Amino acid sequence: MTPGAVYIHIPFCTHKCHYCDFTAYVVGGQPVDDYLDALEREMARTAAEVPPGRIHSIFIGGGTPTVLEPQQLEKLFNDIRRHFPDRAPGIEFTVEANPGTTDPSKLAVMREGGVNRLSFGAQTFRPDLLTKIGRVHTVDDIGHSVEQARAAGIDNLSLDLMFGLPEQRVADMEVALDRSLELEPAHFSVYSLKVEQGTVFHKQWLQGELPLPTEDDELEMYQLTRRRLEAAGYHQYEVSNFSRPGMESKHNATYWLNEPYYGLGAGAHGYVGGWRHQNVKGVSEYIRLTREKRPIADSHRVPFVEEMENHLILGLRLLDGLDTRVFRRRYGRDLGDVFGPVVDDLLRRGFLHTEGERLALTETGLLFGNEVFASFLGEAVI
Amino acid sequence: MSEPKRQQQAMIRNFSIIAHIDHGKSTLADRILEYTGALSNREKQEQFLDSMDLERERGITIKLQSVRLPYRAKDGKEYILNLIDTPGHVDFSYEVSRSLAACEGALLVVDASQGVEAQTLANVYLALDNDLEILPVINKVDLPSAEPERVREEIEEVIGLDASEAVMASAKAGIGTEEILEKIVNEIPPPEGDPDSPLKALIYDSIYDAYRGVITYIRVVDGSIKKGMKIRMMATGKEFEVTEVGVFAPGPIRREELTVGEVGFMVASIKNVKDTRVGDTITDAVHPASEPLPGYQPINPMVFSGMYPVNSADYGDLREALEKLELNDASLRYEPETSGALGFGFRCGFLGLLHMEIIQERIEREFGIPLITTAPSVIFHVYKTDGTRVEIENPTHMPPQQEIENVEEPYVQAAIMVPNDFVGAVMELCQSKRGNYRDMQYLDANRVNIVYDLPLAEIVYDFFDQLKSGTKGYASFDYELIGYKSSNLVKMDILLNGEPVDALSFIVHRDKAYHRGRALVEKLKELIPRQMFEVPVQATIGNKVVARETIRAQRKNVLAKCYGGDISRKRKLLEKQKEGKRRMKAVGNVEVPQEAFMAVLQMDDDKK
Repeated sequence: MTPGAVYIHIPFCTHKCHYCDFTAYVVGGQPVDDYLDALEREMARTAAEVPPGRIHSIFIGGGTPTVLEPQQLEKLFNDIRRHFPDRAPGIEFTVEANPGTTDPSKLAVMREGGVNRLSFGAQTFRPDLLTKIGRVHTVDDIGHSVEQARAAGIDNLSLDLMFGLPEQRVADMEVALDRSLELEPAHFSVYSLKVEQGTVFHKQWLQGELPLPTEDDELEMYQLTRRRLEAAGYHQYEVSNFSRPGMESKHNATYWLNEPYYGLGAGAHGYVGGWRHQNVKGVSEYIRLTREKRPIADSHRVPFVEEMENHLILGLRLLDGLDTRVFRRRYGRDLGDVFGPVVDDLLRRGFLHTEGERLALTETGLLFGNEVFASFLGEAVI
Repeated sequence: MSEPKRQQQAMIRNFSIIAHIDHGKSTLADRILEYTGALSNREKQEQFLDSMDLERERGITIKLQSVRLPYRAKDGKEYILNLIDTPGHVDFSYEVSRSLAACEGALLVVDASQGVEAQTLANVYLALDNDLEILPVINKVDLPSAEPERVREEIEEVIGLDASEAVMASAKAGIGTEEILEKIVNEIPPPEGDPDSPLKALIYDSIYDAYRGVITYIRVVDGSIKKGMKIRMMATGKEFEVTEVGVFAPGPIRREELTVGEVGFMVASIKNVKDTRVGDTITDAVHPASEPLPGYQPINPMVFSGMYPVNSADYGDLREALEKLELNDASLRYEPETSGALGFGFRCGFLGLLHMEIIQERIEREFGIPLITTAPSVIFHVYKTDGTRVEIENPTHMPPQQEIENVEEPYVQAAIMVPNDFVGAVMELCQSKRGNYRDMQYLDANRVNIVYDLPLAEIVYDFFDQLKSGTKGYASFDYELIGYKSSNLVKMDILLNGEPVDALSFIVHRDKAYHRGRALVEKLKELIPRQMFEVPVQATIGNKVVARETIRAQRKNVLAKCYGGDISRKRKLLEKQKEGKRRMKAVGNVEVPQEAFMAVLQMDDDKK
């Protein structure tokens, strides 16, 4: 199956946030133009090896893709168009942006390049909290950027919010939801903070200096989010994602449906022809390698059993769950034959429920997703 | 006909080495082997005598070895030295006494800085009981901290041995080896015994070999043993035909026969080590000796615990593992038992805590079976109101309080040697462990030997750990069983989520019950991960709750973010979570980790 989705990674930021463990380098002094040239080389090599068909979604993430200058963005969009020319009519083309990093000229270039969706990392609306988590934008930047995007003709907008931040209270989350609802975006991604190794937060946490909210408060923030967004006409379609009807992210659906995608850029992951791979993370190494070959750091052929496990781990994140007929079609096996005892156990314990041919998380299952996902590992009957 | 045998007999010297852990026994043995040429450098393993991995790691000896060494002494004559190893732990003191009984002499190795330790003292007494010639060796004299003169005095004062002739040695540096060998030849008497009497051979150990069956380690006391002979084990009455005899030099070498005074091995198609009991006498089945050698005792386990597979599917494998270990370990007992909480498993009997830990570790390591071991218990004698007596080795089987007239528990006499500064700490510890003071002797200006009678149940509880931490590791310790005494004991039950968990029940003195119950529920709260529901943890005596804690419910557990690239990493997290689960046992609805079943041993309630 030829991938219908393309992910492109721009590993530059104006500043590294305290929770971020993605491949991201502060842009000052970085060889950005060389990087974009390398990216073009990788596109060419990839397209030569696995010629792309019709593309349904493109996602440019980071880092902060919007730190690129207008002419750099323009080059990037041209390269994408050249190497992935066949675009489906309803293609979703998203660029990740931090509030305050967009301006009318960049937005115009984006619109020109086919971008029709922006995802803004708003995170929170408490000014001192924004500073504490290492964000450089202000609360006002958020509204301002949204306005500018709409003015430029890009009105499919998504906002990222975070909860479970140090010192964050339930009331702060309430403010964040109120203020962002006023902006009427089409889509929300609401994540809980996870303290990852190698981040500023992890260091603080090890030193006992990260005042995270209690589990009760964190849970309340999540439930509050679900209630408020639901009431405002957004439906939750994934553990952390909410949208107006019909505005679900197409690109992310690729991941959750365990479907293939091209992954381009330093540190990017891809899933092509049954292989998952990750590119090298270092910018200069990436640039150097692309002169000779595809800049892959490691790759592995996903074994059949792992593929089926992934299908469940990813697919059950969608609140509609997964279609057992799709499973059978794709793997030639009945879900019940492969994972029967596990599924039965999860149904019995109230983590899963069935609806027609679909299998989905219950309310309990949603809160204990890890229990559900972990229980499939190593349990396939072949 | 027996003249050559008598001549050979005069040239034999059988000896063992008595030493505290780390005082250099294995290194000295290596030096002696090297010096006599029994072990060339090429085939030399770091320490020859401790051959099991576990033995080497822990610096202890579990299975005995012996080695026959030819030695040309300064008098120009060729001697045969047999070095018989002894185990180095209080759990195995009976085995020590039997291997000492196979010798005429012993080297007493004492560290020139550390001095005499309790373990050493206990073994010296065993050696004196067996009328052994004891040759003091002061080892590690080349270390800067060495005080050989002080140690020499200590040997004289504490043990009452003449140490004026003690050899000053450094096994590590090879100092004193020849002097030691000369002393062995000149001061240890040759074996007595009559080559023409009916066979009497002492069994001091046996090992199981997959191809040849049990290999029995023996010392011939009277007569001789050879291939084809019909033999009888005098304690068990079992008869076998000898298929092979030989010596270790150090590898096994077959011989026509073993005669008076010789040490070696015997093979006789014996399928189970329980048929060749340590301390038993082998005799000629056709012309049997009238009396066995003295000192035989059947081995009785002192400490019991339940061993359960974490995954019930491993039950069959666990049985097999125990069967295999039993082949090589006559003191291991086990029988099937069922626990409401843990399912099918085995009640196992051990000589002591170390023995228990060794078996547990070998099952997990060599057989790859994750285990849950319940807290060790001792045998309680329960006198019931109906006049009957029952022996309780599993707290779960304790009769209801109203049916009990009286309970007795085993007591040991413990000797603890410590530097002066820790006398207070040790006495306080012994008092808190329900000890009765017996005696105290000053060994020298700095060291004291303290003697207490203590309940064995307290020793298996956490006595070792507390003694170690209370004396910064300076205490050495030895004990022997002295009998049963009546005590005010009660059974404490632990309830998880309202359900009693039989595997967590234990028997405790009434005066300590409250503290221990409180400490245990607190510890369990710490060890048991939060579940999806609230879990009360209660400690009860009869129907009375004496302590209660609550494990709060876990409210969520979900990965917030998961996109394509994340999947490999998320899988790793999920696998870790799943692996953690695998090592837990579902008790009712509650997932309980392995450690929780040993939690009763991990508390310091007595410090409060």
